[in-house]
Amino acid sequence: MSTIKIELRNEDVAKIKEICTSFKNDPQELINVLHSCQEHFGYLPAEVQEVVSGELGVPVAKVYGVVTFYSFFTMTPKGKHPISICLGTACYVRGAEKVLDEFKKELGLNVGQVTKDNKFSLSSLRCVGACGLAPVVLVGEKTYGRVAPDDVRNILKEYE
Amino acid sequence: MSKYSIHLLVCGGTSCHSAESDVVVCNLRDEIEAKGLSDKVQVITTGCFGFCGKGPIVKVMPDNIIYVQVKPEDAQTIVEEHVVKGRKVERLLYRDPKSNEIIGDSKHMSVFKKQLRIVLRNCGVINPENIDEYIARDGYQALGKALTEMKPEQVIKVVKDSGQRGRGGAGFPTGLKWEIASKNKADQKYVVCNADEGDPGAFMDRSVLEGDPHSVLEAMAICGYSIGASEGLIYVRAEYPMAIHRLKIAINQAHEYGLLGKDILGTGFNFDITLRYGAGAFVCGEETALIHSMEGLRGEPTIKPPFPAQSGYLGKPTNVNNVETFAAIPVIILKGAEWFSKIGTEKSKGTKVFALAGKINNVGLIEVPMGTTLREIIFQIGGGIRNGKKFKAVQTGGPSGGCLTEKHLDMPIDFDNLIAAGSMMGSGGMIVMDEDNCMVSVAKFFLDFTVDESCGKCAPCRIGNKRLHELLARICDGKGIPEDLDRLRNMSQVIKDTSLCGLGQSSPNPVLSTLDNFMNEYEAHVKDKKCPAGECKNLMEYVINAENCVGCTACARVCPVNAISGQRKEVHHIDPAICIKCGACKEKCKFDAIFIR
Amino acid sequence: METIKLTIDNKEVEVPNGTTIQKAAKKLGIDIPILCYMELKDMNIENKPGGCRICVVEVQKRRNLAPSCSTNCEEGMVVLTHTPRVLNARRTVMEFILSDHPKDCLVCAKSGNCELQSMAHRLGIRDIPGQEYAAMSTYRKDFSPSIIRDLDKCIMCRRCETMCNTVQTVGALSAVNRGFMAAVAPAFEQNLEFSTCTYCGQCVAVCPTGALTEVNHVPNVLRALADPTKTVIVQTAPAVRAALGEMFGMKPGTLVTGKMVTALRSLGFDYIFDTDFAADLTIMEEGTELLDRLNRHLKGDKTARMPILTSCCPGWVNFFEEYFPDLKEVPSTAKSPQQMFGAIAKTYFADKIKVDRKDLVVVSIMPCLAKKYECQREEFSTEGNRDVDFSISTRELGEFIKQANIDLNNLQEGEFDDPLGESTGAGVIFGTTGGVIEAAVRTAYELQTGKKLERLDFTELRGFEGVRSATIDFNGLPINIGIAHGLGNARKLLDDVRSGKSQFHAIEVMACPGGCIGGGGQPLHHGDSEIIKARAAAIYAEDKSKPIRKSHENPFIIKLYKEFLGKPNSEKAHHLLHTKYFDKKKKIIVKQ
Repeated sequence: MSTIKIELRNEDVAKIKEICTSFKNDPQELINVLHSCQEHFGYLPAEVQEVVSGELGVPVAKVYGVVTFYSFFTMTPKGKHPISICLGTACYVRGAEKVLDEFKKELGLNVGQVTKDNKFSLSSLRCVGACGLAPVVLVGEKTYGRVAPDDVRNILKEYE
Repeated sequence: MSKYSIHLLVCGGTSCHSAESDVVVCNLRDEIEAKGLSDKVQVITTGCFGFCGKGPIVKVMPDNIIYVQVKPEDAQTIVEEHVVKGRKVERLLYRDPKSNEIIGDSKHMSVFKKQLRIVLRNCGVINPENIDEYIARDGYQALGKALTEMKPEQVIKVVKDSGQRGRGGAGFPTGLKWEIASKNKADQKYVVCNADEGDPGAFMDRSVLEGDPHSVLEAMAICGYSIGASEGLIYVRAEYPMAIHRLKIAINQAHEYGLLGKDILGTGFNFDITLRYGAGAFVCGEETALIHSMEGLRGEPTIKPPFPAQSGYLGKPTNVNNVETFAAIPVIILKGAEWFSKIGTEKSKGTKVFALAGKINNVGLIEVPMGTTLREIIFQIGGGIRNGKKFKAVQTGGPSGGCLTEKHLDMPIDFDNLIAAGSMMGSGGMIVMDEDNCMVSVAKFFLDFTVDESCGKCAPCRIGNKRLHELLARICDGKGIPEDLDRLRNMSQVIKDTSLCGLGQSSPNPVLSTLDNFMNEYEAHVKDKKCPAGECKNLMEYVINAENCVGCTACARVCPVNAISGQRKEVHHIDPAICIKCGACKEKCKFDAIFIR
Repeated sequence: METIKLTIDNKEVEVPNGTTIQKAAKKLGIDIPILCYMELKDMNIENKPGGCRICVVEVQKRRNLAPSCSTNCEEGMVVLTHTPRVLNARRTVMEFILSDHPKDCLVCAKSGNCELQSMAHRLGIRDIPGQEYAAMSTYRKDFSPSIIRDLDKCIMCRRCETMCNTVQTVGALSAVNRGFMAAVAPAFEQNLEFSTCTYCGQCVAVCPTGALTEVNHVPNVLRALADPTKTVIVQTAPAVRAALGEMFGMKPGTLVTGKMVTALRSLGFDYIFDTDFAADLTIMEEGTELLDRLNRHLKGDKTARMPILTSCCPGWVNFFEEYFPDLKEVPSTAKSPQQMFGAIAKTYFADKIKVDRKDLVVVSIMPCLAKKYECQREEFSTEGNRDVDFSISTRELGEFIKQANIDLNNLQEGEFDDPLGESTGAGVIFGTTGGVIEAAVRTAYELQTGKKLERLDFTELRGFEGVRSATIDFNGLPINIGIAHGLGNARKLLDDVRSGKSQFHAIEVMACPGGCIGGGGQPLHHGDSEIIKARAAAIYAEDKSKPIRKSHENPFIIKLYKEFLGKPNSEKAHHLLHTKYFDKKKKIIVKQ
């Protein structure tokens, strides 16, 4: 029951409200609202969820319930260059796991973590639909196809 | 399209796009402009050709020549050689993996020969961002026909008579579904397109949305007319930005042309389509879960009945079909039920799109009549197994399906045969596996997926699948005991029997089908503690063959854990207690002296 | 009504359309085991996720087994409830559930009263295959002032979520995460303390396992009793006496007032008092406040806000502080009976027996978990010494009595002590929905009109309808009364108040369905609403049996005003017996 202070900058609150208004503050649009918020903030910290909850009139527990249900939503910030390794079936049978292991080793990260300098974050995802290029790695918007463990170091070098 | 004498069609599907097909397009345009050919040659970005494994693809029309794996720097050559001089660029032509023969004309390529493209009729043919090209290929004629010449019940009758069954997985008759929705009275009804393609390794929905978005919009409007709905929603994966982009363009264009919105074609029929985004939950492919997700809730399924056709989105009658199902509708309406029902098998009519992936030569999207055999698909269209390896199994139906083997190769594929064989159609993913794939690991991989994607609502799926996965992991780690195999089967059957929704009910299929077809591999794991395919790390042993070892010490130097001992110029030895099976030594050895036992 | 014929286990049965297989089977005397399903029929509460899959049965022509709790009967259906296939499936699913459940039954608060434990027993589970290496879903434990959450024991039955959201509209709990780690928790899996939780305890009341339990204050009480320097007094809330007997095998609705007093005395309490006395006091204060506001309102005084809302339910107070802080001037300022008792005990009574308030320990026995929080509120203590030191629930008292090897069944009837043990029938009915307002009407009518009431049973105010209303004729002046039990129902009335549409003069709100008799601290009803109805009947019976049934006629209340407080709503009464409310809505603090 105790009051929690939520600290957000004025313009952040305004932005969230603007997003909610653009969806007519309709609770049914919660997922679309969260998409837009994540696009803007890069992730969905508790504060953002609190404001969305207030605007749409959905209990914040329910907002959190939705955020934690869908793998697309994240509550941790991503690195400057988010790295995603596709672990869809096509990529898996062509050795995507070994590529992921190599990234883990090179960056010293586990899936879902960010490097100390916030440069890279590591995640796995399910099928980006580029099965023809399996195994596929995404760094930000850029796609790398037919990646072998040996390529990992060179990919990372591009972002140094 | 008459103004231009040559068209260069460049695939803009996700796979090709990822391989810089957009740069290829720019470069081609630049070259054409530089050569002053802009009024003769047109470069068009199309949807998926289905030949994803060899992308980016450039097709030259009217010559019907396909260039594969085109790099941006190849644009100049294509324009200079083919467009200007009319000479084929040999090095960019497709080479048959078996015969090594160079094939330029797409009509002669085995990958296209056996195909019958209904759903994919426009993919790779038209520019999906231009409604005129869709209309030029009879687009929106079916809608016009339905609205002006047919009563809603006549439309439903055609769909029913066509025998089409839902392509989303379960194969429920489409016309029957429409009929149920039409009979439920309500002030508002909804048409929903399920574009939450979650099967890893299946991408036909994405390809249709990217390559031919209007076919889906048109079909949804037809459906709306027939069931009495004026609102449509497309639930599309947020991971498909290009599909979303093209859908938005298509919806806008359809509005401009009066093919969506109020009073369509002056008939008084209103129909509008909005987009809802998925957010990464496989279970949302299940229609009740999908509806909850569209309502801004957790995508948990609920018990049916009530079916969406009775009480769906916002509690109103809702008809949910998937992308592929919709995409065939306009053709069915135009060409008639009889035409469609002549294609396919007795109980599965029409064609099916499959996404071929895995250890196969021609990775990509194909569309074949129902009843085509696995052998035709894998060995003729798919070009056989990569690197000349031996075919072992094919997983159909994604994580919900099962593994089929050699003995199933000549079975005609349709909904019922697949279920009888312990698998399912699913959305049409086909992952081909070769002799190097351990089937226990494959089952574990699919269970890993299910455990990740289970919504957690019902106990058998939430906990049971976790237990299955644990047990499979133990078996792969060499900790399994023979009794575990009985437990695997019992748990699998109970999960299938008791889970709330289709996800849980089908999640043990990979386990059951591998138990049925590859019992010997399981037994090898639990009894002999061996992995026949050599994939399970803990069941392998790296050994040095004394005959080949020359004692160069390269392996010992590269070993990260100092597990290899031996003097220079003497046979080396790997200590299995220390070895972590990283494989570095085997890779390093130039004398093939290290092997896996 | 349309009926359907079907056969279950080869027996034919005819049921109304819309009946579930489970209920149809019950009609035939076939008791299909159910776990996650719960229904409180008369309160319109149903939890039907179809999630546990324990109640599956075989339905002919269906591919899979069907959950009988949520599958409706169809004409000609053939159902089999105990084929080997069904029994094996049930057992295996139960093994799944248990494989992800701690095995610390020895020290679990729900042991002996746990639906999961009973089910394991019923299904004859003796072993959980693969337990040695089965991973468990584990979570951080949460200790709030009232409720302990131990999600390791959550089986995802979703009952708490239904109560918190659908019934109470509090929205503190939601299903979170996905798959194996799915559980029901507050936002960000924070502690309840930082959520919108009102501590109504309805989640605890329905939890089938030890995942949600009350904070146990019996050890604290025991320590106080064992301390010779302390004088320990106890107050018992009205609803306790109507339910405590259930814990000793008595029929629901058995009144155990006298036996309870004897038990408390043998546990070593120095004085046994009655919260009912404080309930009478509440009526004096709240009734006076009502009449004051009403009369000012009738005279056109715009500062007199109508309606007046009752304030004796702490869950309800928490609810409007969270959701309707803009209306915090609307409820009566009267403290709840528990706190009025504490305030009087630690002043008037402490003086009387010449004990320093620091050496006087006030314990309350409550049907409620929010009372635990309420007595810890800062405004209810003087120099760090609480007016009510500990609040224990009916369940905790029952267990305490058992620990002391006292069998309630065999006790003599005892009497409450004076002066804080005397109460009227009006005080007793505080324990059920509609009771507070009925008690208030009895007093307010006579004070307002100066006439004697001819009939004391206002049956129009009774019942289990979620929202009720009645107009009482105050000698020509119609007084509109609203009643809501369950916070979701209260929200409806509050929304009307907020929008100015409400036509009521007074509204009674109880956070728990049924009122205090259905409180979060009561013996578990396990989804049987007949139990709650029986408790209500017991309360009204006790009222009827009382010689005095109007609060203002309680001789000790009259004496208290004469000796100590002066008049109702006097300055002293205000100081001791009234409170104020706070805006507890979350604030967005903007960072500059």
